[in-house]
Amino acid sequence: MTVLQKKSDNPVAHLSAEDVEEIGRRLDAIRQEVVDSRGADDAAYIRKVIDVQRKIELASRAVLLLSKFPPAWFIGTAGLSVAKILENMEIGHNILHGQWDWMRDPKIHSTTWEWDMASPAEQWKHSHNELHHTYTNVVGKDNDLGYGIMRVDEDQKWIPLYLAQPLWNFVNACFFEYGIAAYDLELGKNLATEERRNDPKFKAAAKQVLKKIRKQATKDYLVHPALSGPSFVPTLAANFVANLVRNLWSHSVIMCGHFPEGVETYEKTSIEGETRGEWYLRQMLGSANISGSKAMHVMTGNLSHQVEHHLFPDLPSNRYAEIAPKVKAIFDEYGLRYHTASLPKQVASAWHKVFRLSLPNGWMAATTPKNAPQQVAQLYKLTTGGPKVRRAYDRAQRAQAEQALAA
Amino acid sequence: MTSTGLGLRDRVTRLVEAATTPLLPRDYLDLFAPLRSGADLRGKVVAKRHETADAVTVVIKPGRGWREHVPGQYIRIGVDVDGVRQWRAYSVTSDRAATDGTISICVKAIPDGKVSNHVVRDLRPGTVVQLDQATGEFTLPAQRPAKALFVTAGSGITPVMGMLRNHLDELPDAVLVHSAPTAQDVVFGEELRAMAATGRLRLVERHTERDGFLKPVELAELVPDLHERTTWACGPAGLLEALEEHWAAEGIADRLLIEQFRPRVLVTGEGGAVTYNKTGTTVESDGATPILDAAEEAGLIMPSGCRMGICYGCVLPLREGAVRDIRNGELTVAAPGDGVLVQTCISAAAGACDIDH
Repeated sequence: MTVLQKKSDNPVAHLSAEDVEEIGRRLDAIRQEVVDSRGADDAAYIRKVIDVQRKIELASRAVLLLSKFPPAWFIGTAGLSVAKILENMEIGHNILHGQWDWMRDPKIHSTTWEWDMASPAEQWKHSHNELHHTYTNVVGKDNDLGYGIMRVDEDQKWIPLYLAQPLWNFVNACFFEYGIAAYDLELGKNLATEERRNDPKFKAAAKQVLKKIRKQATKDYLVHPALSGPSFVPTLAANFVANLVRNLWSHSVIMCGHFPEGVETYEKTSIEGETRGEWYLRQMLGSANISGSKAMHVMTGNLSHQVEHHLFPDLPSNRYAEIAPKVKAIFDEYGLRYHTASLPKQVASAWHKVFRLSLPNGWMAATTPKNAPQQVAQLYKLTTGGPKVRRAYDRAQRAQAEQALAA
Repeated sequence: MTSTGLGLRDRVTRLVEAATTPLLPRDYLDLFAPLRSGADLRGKVVAKRHETADAVTVVIKPGRGWREHVPGQYIRIGVDVDGVRQWRAYSVTSDRAATDGTISICVKAIPDGKVSNHVVRDLRPGTVVQLDQATGEFTLPAQRPAKALFVTAGSGITPVMGMLRNHLDELPDAVLVHSAPTAQDVVFGEELRAMAATGRLRLVERHTERDGFLKPVELAELVPDLHERTTWACGPAGLLEALEEHWAAEGIADRLLIEQFRPRVLVTGEGGAVTYNKTGTTVESDGATPILDAAEEAGLIMPSGCRMGICYGCVLPLREGAVRDIRNGELTVAAPGDGVLVQTCISAAAGACDIDH
């Protein structure tokens, strides 16, 4: 994707400033409707989800005490995986967004909640709620775009290192919770210089993360296995697999939110002096939904309604489904693309982008079975040739694009 | 318990905590036994009965952590109304001897009362509510007075009912002057009349729709020896103020004890934006609303207690700004670095405030 501002067919060019503000007003009205009607049913919903999640977790961990019997291992591991997914997605993520703060229950509150995750809630809230949700899809501002380790936009300069990004992405998916913790710590940036490494603030944050990881690991890989006695090793394996399943699942869901092909990105300067309406518009086009069953929505923490979530991050997640048709009607009326597709399609699309952009701009599109040898030779040159060669390639690409446009 | 025993117990606790992190063992136990000992204090509503058309007695089975109350004291109860937790204070009315580990409160629906109307109309037996231990000084002294007078109006009867049910036999001479709009509106009417019928209590019912509001002068006529009595009064602010004035004028202010459930707002502040530094929230607050209420309205979790300026459970440091005590208009100003402790339940913003929370 190219940042929206540089696109030849700008998808918002047909909107007047007045249109954009009207969209903002309508979205505000939808938000207010939900705020005014939050009540006992919503409170009962989140309490029920928490109750069910904790019972599934307890039951699964109990079954795993006998995990040396294969059926117990399979049932327990499946249950624990589901419990961990629910805990992270529908419960933790949404509570930490403050979606349930209105209940004034100190036990279900963004300021008191801690989750089953390597990243401490406090740090995640900063990098996610304050940075990602504010600077959504702004290249150079939103670190969620490729998590700082991947190239997910044409406007990020290609270097040979990105050839390995499909592998990175897979490794990151497997160990996603640690990836998030490292990301919340801005580990890459903070380890880069002596000065940053020794910054007391960074040191304190890193210590906090290590403490959290130690506690998490002690629970899953020591205490629970030890309580299983003769089933020590299978229980340890079960915890590992459950964490892996949870990591792969949440990574997939989160990739679907902003990475699928066709989701818009923005230039840094484009958000200066942004109005409320413009902010909404950026969220509308910068997110993608996943269609599916009710159970699927719950398991994704309703991030399947990523569009609605990004418009209204603090509305209770159980209400996104109900407002989705109203939100879509606004997209339709103003001729905007409401990006939605099934989970397999969105995951495939996001991965396609990861592969496509691991290569220089235009390389994948230009490659056919016939010209493959020449293309590979060119890629080899670009990889080994240094910045000069790559700049020349970029210039040629741009010229080609302009020619195509003129034609 | 031996020291090894303690050590073992500590080790087990630590092990269980290691198994439940990042939650605590109690987060799981609460699913199955919310009233167990060691849990946050809660209670289960076991029965509800109407006292009058708009007042109900709610019988609550408190959790194992409940400590006995002294009749006349109140409890704070947290009830979820439309999904939002609301805390209110109610007097405990039950007879300690007669009840089976349960306590009662009596709630009268007041116009626009969010909690009272919910309790009277919608609260169902089986509901678990949040509780605080009983507290309050509105009680009988260990040395029971030879002559006692109770002056109550409306739901102001509730703390006095707690005392009468438990201690009437220990009071050799007790008079109750109670005001209510009509005879049907008298909360605990039948029970009070039955007490009076046995001769243990002199009951004077004042039906204000017919007789008008009680004036202290009339009270002196109804109870000629009120100078000799220790008096407990509970009711609307207007009545209590009139009584306080009268008792002060007579020079017997020390013989009057009053109970009120809301701070009396005498002055209003100027209002202002209140910023909570730790949560990064700013709440626009008017000059008549305690900053505690305004913050809760905005969804913040605040420490709170009696909500009438007594218990200091709500105190937070004011880092900078000015607040006004809504009871007397006293201004408290904090310069940066001061961190003046203010009671949020009776302080309204008097300009922009920065609160450490």
